[in-house]
Amino acid sequence: MRNRRLVEIWVGVFVAMGAAALFGLAIQVSNVQVFDARGGYELELRFENIGGLRTRAPVTVGGVRVGRVADVELDSSTYEAKVTVRIDERYEFPEDTSASIYTSGLLGEQYIALDPGGLDFYLRDGDEITLTQSALVLERMIGQFLYQMGNDDD
Amino acid sequence: MVNGFQRLGARALAIAERFGRAFLFLLRALAGMPALVLRPGLVVQQLYSVGVLSLVIIVVSGVFVGMVLGLQGYTTLLNFGAEQSLGVLVALSIVRELGPVVTALLFAGRAGSALAAEIGLMKSTEQLSGMEMMAVDPMNRVIAPRLLAGFLAMPLLAAIFSFLAILGSYVIGVGLLGVDAGAFWGQMQDAVEFREDILNGVIKSVVFGFVASWIAVFEGYDAEPTSEGVSRATTRTVVYTALAVLGLDFVLTAVMFG
Repeated sequence: MRNRRLVEIWVGVFVAMGAAALFGLAIQVSNVQVFDARGGYELELRFENIGGLRTRAPVTVGGVRVGRVADVELDSSTYEAKVTVRIDERYEFPEDTSASIYTSGLLGEQYIALDPGGLDFYLRDGDEITLTQSALVLERMIGQFLYQMGNDDD
Repeated sequence: MVNGFQRLGARALAIAERFGRAFLFLLRALAGMPALVLRPGLVVQQLYSVGVLSLVIIVVSGVFVGMVLGLQGYTTLLNFGAEQSLGVLVALSIVRELGPVVTALLFAGRAGSALAAEIGLMKSTEQLSGMEMMAVDPMNRVIAPRLLAGFLAMPLLAAIFSFLAILGSYVIGVGLLGVDAGAFWGQMQDAVEFREDILNGVIKSVVFGFVASWIAVFEGYDAEPTSEGVSRATTRTVVYTALAVLGLDFVLTAVMFG
């Protein structure tokens, strides 16, 4: 009888360890997105060029993450990149907020930085931010730079 | 010439027959599972021998795999000046691949072989026939609890393995090599997604657990009732499980992350 009790205790410990490990993986390793994935509201941003922006890239204001990129697609009529971002419901931004795409570090991932404006009207779910600045593509910059160098020589 | 074809045909038929037997065997064992609700003690006993007794090897290998991955990853990432991303590298490779696969291979060696040998020996000493004589269905009494315990234990073992491996790489990376703890966890949390990475890893470990315990139990049950037969069944369990796990892993990875 004692032996059986010991077996059951060990199995209990084993199952608890397994559950704790799964929980640890969810919380500590992935910072679980299951709970907050559907919260917040969506905004639409149109860019001429998004560079290497991908879904789940951070959206920041003053360096603080306020949301994530939910979807990236091409608008087939205007040939602009249509980026849908999901913003945390705690934050509200004026309608004349502008957006730009920056790179974190020299080779780091790209993210969207929002620059809040001063209007009293706030962006709602499904609204569009029209003031956008495209990503800086290195080749283009070098191209422009060389072009200007050539002009200076004349 | 004709004899050659005959041998080939006989071989193919034998293989097909074996697959058919394994499948019917699985169906019968699954049919025996609902009855286990009445006798949970049987499953607990098997969970002990399959799960708890495998803990030591899983814990030790998990920690060491994580530590080695931390060291190797660090030296490679250092070349690109990206050593702060060590957490991402380790977490993704562990959670997606190494956790489920290495756990399944260890599981086959530690628990699968034991299951096959135990059942094979029961068969060769006619304990299974003895049960039938007493109107106890060995499917319900012996096979079903072992199979169910295998299904349940594998995902738990894989989760423990993954978590400890990441802790092991944390100890090496942050404690020994000087990676920033904030960058280690922060970048990991940014890069690892719950649904995409962790849940898919868990699904993999469930599939591997299913296949590994099925093969082990079937090989034991199907063993020739001689000491040589039991030894061959044990060997085949480990070999087939390893092959099946690696093959399935490729397919699952192609489907999930391809």
